[in-house]
Amino acid sequence: MSEKIKGIAASSGIAIGKAFILKDPELKIECKKVTDPAQELDRFHSAIAQSKEELEAIKVKADAELGKDKAEIFAAHLLVLSDPELIGAVTQKIESEFICAEAAMDAVSSMYISMFENMDNDYMKERAADIRDVSKRVISHLLGVQFTSPASITEEVVIVAHDLTPSDTAQLNKKFVKGFVTDIGGRTSHSAIMSRSMEIPAVVGTKTVTEKVGQDVQVIIDGLAGEIILNPSDAEIQAYQQKQAEYEEKKEEWKKLVHQKTVTKDNQHVELAANIGNPDDLDGVLNNGGEGIGLYRTEFLYMGRDNFPTEDEQFEAYKKVLEKMEGKPVVIRTLDIGGDKELPYLDLPKELNPFLGFRAIRLCLERQDIFRTQLRALLRASVYGNLKIMFPMIATLDEFRQAKAILNEEREQLVQQGIEVSEQIEVGMMVEIPSTAVMADRFAKEVDFFSIGTNDLIQYTMAADRMNQHVSYLYQPYNPAILRLIHMVIQAAHKEGKWVGMCGEMAGDEIAIPILLGLGLDEFSMSATSILPARSQISKLSKEELAGHIDTILAMDTVDEVIAIVKAL
Amino acid sequence: MMAEKTFTVTSDSGIHARPATTLVNKASQFGSDITIECNGKQANLKSIMGVMAMGIQKGAEVKITAEGSDAEEALKAIEDVFKSEGLGE
Repeated sequence: MSEKIKGIAASSGIAIGKAFILKDPELKIECKKVTDPAQELDRFHSAIAQSKEELEAIKVKADAELGKDKAEIFAAHLLVLSDPELIGAVTQKIESEFICAEAAMDAVSSMYISMFENMDNDYMKERAADIRDVSKRVISHLLGVQFTSPASITEEVVIVAHDLTPSDTAQLNKKFVKGFVTDIGGRTSHSAIMSRSMEIPAVVGTKTVTEKVGQDVQVIIDGLAGEIILNPSDAEIQAYQQKQAEYEEKKEEWKKLVHQKTVTKDNQHVELAANIGNPDDLDGVLNNGGEGIGLYRTEFLYMGRDNFPTEDEQFEAYKKVLEKMEGKPVVIRTLDIGGDKELPYLDLPKELNPFLGFRAIRLCLERQDIFRTQLRALLRASVYGNLKIMFPMIATLDEFRQAKAILNEEREQLVQQGIEVSEQIEVGMMVEIPSTAVMADRFAKEVDFFSIGTNDLIQYTMAADRMNQHVSYLYQPYNPAILRLIHMVIQAAHKEGKWVGMCGEMAGDEIAIPILLGLGLDEFSMSATSILPARSQISKLSKEELAGHIDTILAMDTVDEVIAIVKAL
Repeated sequence: MMAEKTFTVTSDSGIHARPATTLVNKASQFGSDITIECNGKQANLKSIMGVMAMGIQKGAEVKITAEGSDAEEALKAIEDVFKSEGLGE
């Protein structure tokens, strides 16, 4: 019998395949006494050899698919496996204490893990995880338990997991992974965002999928409806293959819109741009007909490494993006780090309320060394395209003025040194803290543009952590409160002749698009894969007509009423 | 045969994972016993965890000692790694 499980649609498309369960193996290590240490040593060495072989294969694959940088971690893992101190200590334990290899390995690696965990340096603390990873692999072999790592997948599967961490997703191979489904997460969780940028169907937040699905069970992932079907019947498989084909067909149709401008039925142009995390995402943007970059999240330049990127490294990345976009607008957001986004080499105090804490512009204004380096790199790159600089997490006018003053100081200095800087750089800010929406009329006099970050604006307005499932019902993009704030921002900006973009998930949302169009939003920035469906939708809508409905929509009491009106339009 | 040399670590992030990997890989190519000493602590330069655990930061003085038949070549090779990785001089 087939079974349906509801979840949250994270990435469109249909995937049909065998389940690959991704979870940490349960390693029950008993400290058994042995009579023949030589035999244990043999077992130990063969487990090491097997682990090495696997890691070599993973490293080769990572090298080819993820690039040298990401593959380096596996070179370090391999060295742990041949570490003479580690091997020596385990050997000695087996020989002198007559204990089994898994117990000896566990004892020795635990000693190293706690040694690294106790170092007063976050970078070193994280290395404990590397040792744990390697040690788990070896012990799994000793216990005959399967050790699953997303990098070890070599046939077509759909992944079933409690959650996918960034390191899991970095190892996913698009050739084999046809889709994934998780227990936890929402539309804006890391795994969901990754699935959209990888363009693979995904359903998240099913709560129970890992309990219900066993290895190799046939699964259909319906990333359009946000549900999965376990053990589908032949008829169901056929129906979904049909649905898959229809979706592919629609995609083909969207493809025809790649090189077209985004124009409404009444001939009004709006700009559809893409959100990116690093220069590698640009191909996806151009293939999907992005008219610009509405948000370049620079923090990814700072993550997954052990020191700050230098000015030159940053310059190269920004230059690459600007050049590749060939004069199309590129909004680059300055560093949004701190709070829940940590850097191993930047020691920040733990916070009780990271989303309300020391992060983004707050951190940059305090740590101006970091900020100024980034601004110089941006200014130097500005001559290679159409750069717009955006500050994140602005709460007050003072903060914006301060940030802009620092930018101007750096500009002056560069110009004095004879370095060319573009004269046309627009300087704007994110609207994600409700105070700035309320004060938008004042901000509008000083900024060149606003970009509304809805993910944060919604969570700050509703006082609801978007990662907390118990309050996820409060994550309401169409709540009249949110719509009124957006309305205020757009009105204020247009009064001063400034433009307004939106770079949250809402900008690509089918129900939100008609409302935003009616509100007069100028630029919609979204995951690259949402651009063509949005362009197709917008071409069928009349901006003027929608504008006529805005008063009614803003006068609604509840989300459901808003949705009902939009659907009836 | 024994050879030794002292370096000052000039890289901003000290001896972190990537350069440590290169150092250990290089050291492992030689038969000599090679040790690294810093702040009164000592580790086997062929042990990635030993080297990492020293947590060597920028500005530290490290002494590398090689002992064995290929000690001289080993030390020369390590010195090259220090230079090519921008680790120190």
